[in-house]
This record gives sequence, structure tokens and C-alpha cells, in this order.
Amino acid sequence: MNLAKRRVAKLKLSLIILFFILLIWSASKQTGVSLVELFSNLSNMGALLAQMFPPDWSYFNYVTSAMLETIRMAVLGTTFGGIVAIPFALFASRNIVKKGWIAIPFRFVMNLIRTIPELLLAALFVPIFGIGFVSGIFALAVFSFGVIAKLAYESIEAIDKGPLEAMTAVGANKLQWIFLGVIPQVVAPYMSYFLYCFEINVRAATILGYVGAGGIGLYLSRTLGFLQYDRVMSIILYTFVVVLIIDGLSNRIREKLI
Amino acid sequence: MMNTTMKKPLMKRLRNWTIALIVLIIYVWAFTGFFKNFELKPTALQAAKAIFSGMSHPDWGYVSQPGGEDLLHALLETFNIAVLGTFISAILCVPFAFWAARNMNRYRFVSSAGKIFLSAIRVFPELIMALLFIKAVGLGAFAGVLALGFHSIGMLGKLFGESIEDMDFSAAEALRACGANKFQTLWFAIVPQVMPQFFSYTLYRFEISVRSAAILGMVGAGGIGAPLIFALNAHRWDRVGVILLGIIVMVSIIDLISGAIRKRLV
Repeated sequence: MNLAKRRVAKLKLSLIILFFILLIWSASKQTGVSLVELFSNLSNMGALLAQMFPPDWSYFNYVTSAMLETIRMAVLGTTFGGIVAIPFALFASRNIVKKGWIAIPFRFVMNLIRTIPELLLAALFVPIFGIGFVSGIFALAVFSFGVIAKLAYESIEAIDKGPLEAMTAVGANKLQWIFLGVIPQVVAPYMSYFLYCFEINVRAATILGYVGAGGIGLYLSRTLGFLQYDRVMSIILYTFVVVLIIDGLSNRIREKLI
Repeated sequence: MMNTTMKKPLMKRLRNWTIALIVLIIYVWAFTGFFKNFELKPTALQAAKAIFSGMSHPDWGYVSQPGGEDLLHALLETFNIAVLGTFISAILCVPFAFWAARNMNRYRFVSSAGKIFLSAIRVFPELIMALLFIKAVGLGAFAGVLALGFHSIGMLGKLFGESIEDMDFSAAEALRACGANKFQTLWFAIVPQVMPQFFSYTLYRFEISVRSAAILGMVGAGGIGAPLIFALNAHRWDRVGVILLGIIVMVSIIDLISGAIRKRLV
């Protein structure tokens, strides 16, 4: 590398660092960050944490049905989203749909949906479907659709062209081509994304109740409202255990799939 | 000959059938619960219509108002919360990443404990974290920054820990062999190797943090969430529409920029 090039690289690096420092400085100025405030009031937070212990163990029994409902929400939400994602993923792949412009609207919808946080989706569905887990299912379905469709179309675009060309050569029609050439190649990654999304959804489902969309989140917001922090802690612990178990199972299945 | 190659061994078939049965049972259980409780409120269609008509006529007046209580200020605050939260967690997560990396600890149980600790942080809901910090520093954006900063440690620590585990140590060994001290090996062999991934993961987390920051305000931790929840509770769908649009535009722009940078990094 010659000297001039090196100097340009150095200048670029220092400009980037300067930009970052300015960004963080202005951000902390505007959000009112003050370490003094944090450390002088840390005892308040400690008091709240102290109220969370010991957790109310008897509450576990009480919220088990809500926990099952949470898992049910995640299962159904992921399933609905995953099914709708399949045609979208196919239409968004440039190697399936040969005309490039067809993919654009499908990708646009997918990207649009992925920008909306789940909790917000749930808050929009609650006035329509009412308080309860149906709203949660639809919110999770919309969200899972975005995630799975995107991951799936990326893996469809990466498939091996060989079998497809062979099928075209022996005169397969488009449907045969998709069902026997494309789908078998992407089933394993699709299942893996499905499970990955299911893991995310279990986590998300636990807080969706905060806006009224069913599951254990309803109890979370209720106990928080009544300042029953020991019960809040038992809900958190319960969630932790369930999420760990589901993540563990799902990870093992995913490792086998790929 | 044909039959033996076509049929899978008995054990494998048995296993596949069991898996299919388990999946079937899960779905039967899930759907029975769904249909038992599924009922559309008579007002559902009306509500959907109201939401749709409100969202299709966004309240443009809210975008910028004199006095600063408007969409652009709230979005800027959300962005700032995400920037600072990600920055804090990117620094704080480094020791946790080394703790959770298997090849950095002599004993397996140490790194396993680190991994469990990180997943505990990940599972602890951000909203509750925000409530805790609101108790400490009061309502406002600072609580959101702290909540995001601590919550993101869980994910960044895990990702960084994994990239430390995947690291190639031959460069570090070569440097050590020709007499570099510990600091020099760290600086010239390890840091250049993990830095691109480190930044890429941080940017990825930043994209997620922007979305989180957008909802943290629902519990009072600053950003766009507070006006959003007010508009939702008041059924002001035109305002919900404009806020939603604002979030979509901001998140899309950030995703685009950050995605472009990440592509160049790795």
C-alpha cells in the first residue's frame, strides 16, 4: 500500500470515529443520560428487586394454563405465518419467477411487515378480535410471515440449479418443476427457519398480553399493576424455564435438520 | 433388491412415525383450544373499518408541530435511545462474551454458566427491565437507554462469544512465537480478526434495538411508544397511522443503511 492510500484510509477512519463520538454525544445529551442520577437512585431499583424475592411459588400452579395458552399462541401463530409465507417466498425468488419485476411487490410487502414490532401488531389486533389470545395469534402470524418468508426466499435463491435444468430438459411443467425440483431442496432450511421463528414467537408471546393479546403477559401486566412483584418474579422464572426447554429442544432438532 | 433399498430400516420408520404423531398431537391440542375460544365480536368488522379508514388518512399535522411534541422529535428520541443502548451493551458485553466462550475458559462449566447467564438476560423481558430502570431514574428516555443497554448484553454477549469460539488462533500463536507480548498479540492478531464480526453484530443488534425502542415507550421509557399508546387507547387511528408510518420509514431506512454497511464489513 502506498503512502497516499494509507493516508486516505487513516483520514477515513478518523472521520468515522469522529462521527460516532458526535452521534453518541448528541444522543446522550438529548436523552438526558446522567450517571449521577443512576447511581444515586440505584437503591430504589434495589428495593424493587428485593420485593421480587422470594418469588411466590404457589403462583406457578395458577398461571400454568396461561402458559399453555402462550405456547399455543406461538404454535398457531408460527404455523399460520409459515404457511402464508410459502407462496410469497416462491414469488419473491428471482430464480423461480423469471420476470424480475414480479418479485418486487412481494419483497416490498415482506420488508414492510418486518419493520413493525409484534407488540404494535398485537395492539392493532386487540380492538378487532378483542382481548384474548386470538389477537395474539394473528399478531404473531403476521410477524412470523415476515421473518419466514424472507429467510425462505433467500434460501430458495441459493438452491442448486442442476436438478432444475435437468427437469426443464425432460419437459417438466412449472408446477412439477416447483414441487419436485425446488421444494425438496428447501424443506430442511424451511423447517429450521420455522423452528427458529417459533423460538422467537414463544418469547414474544410472553409479553403480548401486556397490550391485551392473551397468554401469560396478561398476568404479567395484572400483577405489575397490583404491585405484586413476587408474583412478577415467579412469572419471569416460569417463562425462563419454558423458554429454555423449548430453545433446547428446537436447537437439537435444527442441528439434526441441517 | 429393489425393496431393500426403497424401504427404510424399521427403527427409522418407527421414529419418523413417532415424530409425526407428536406433531399431530401438538396441533390437535393447539387447534381445539383455538376453535373453542374463537369468536368474533359483533363489533369486529366495525372496528376493523374504523382502523382501516383512520390509517388510510394519517394525521399529517402530527408530523411536525411547534413545541416539539411531534412525530419527528419522538422518532429522533427513539433513534437516540437505540444508539446509546446499543453502544452501552456493545461495551458491557465484552467480558460476558469471554466468560461464555468455551475456548477461553479451562473448565466447561464456567463457560456453560456464562451461557446460561446470558440466556437469562435474554429471556428477562425488556419491558420489565424498563420498569425497573424507571424506578431508578424516573420516567423518560434514560430509563429506555438503560433497559436496552442491559437487555442487549444477552444477545450480543452470545453472538460475540460464539465468534470468539470460532476464532482461528494460528495468527496469535505465530505472533507469540516470535516474541510478541500479550497486549501485542491481542491487538495485532485477535482484535483485527473479531472486529468486523463485532461491528456487524452490533449493527444487527442496533436494527433490533430501534424496533424495541419504538415500543419501550409503552411503559413510559421514552421514544415514540408513549404517543403511540395514547393514540391507541384513545382510538385515534389517524394518529396511529401516521406514527406507524413514521416507524416503518425510520426502521426501513436504518435497515437499508446498516445492511449495506454490514455487507461491506463481512
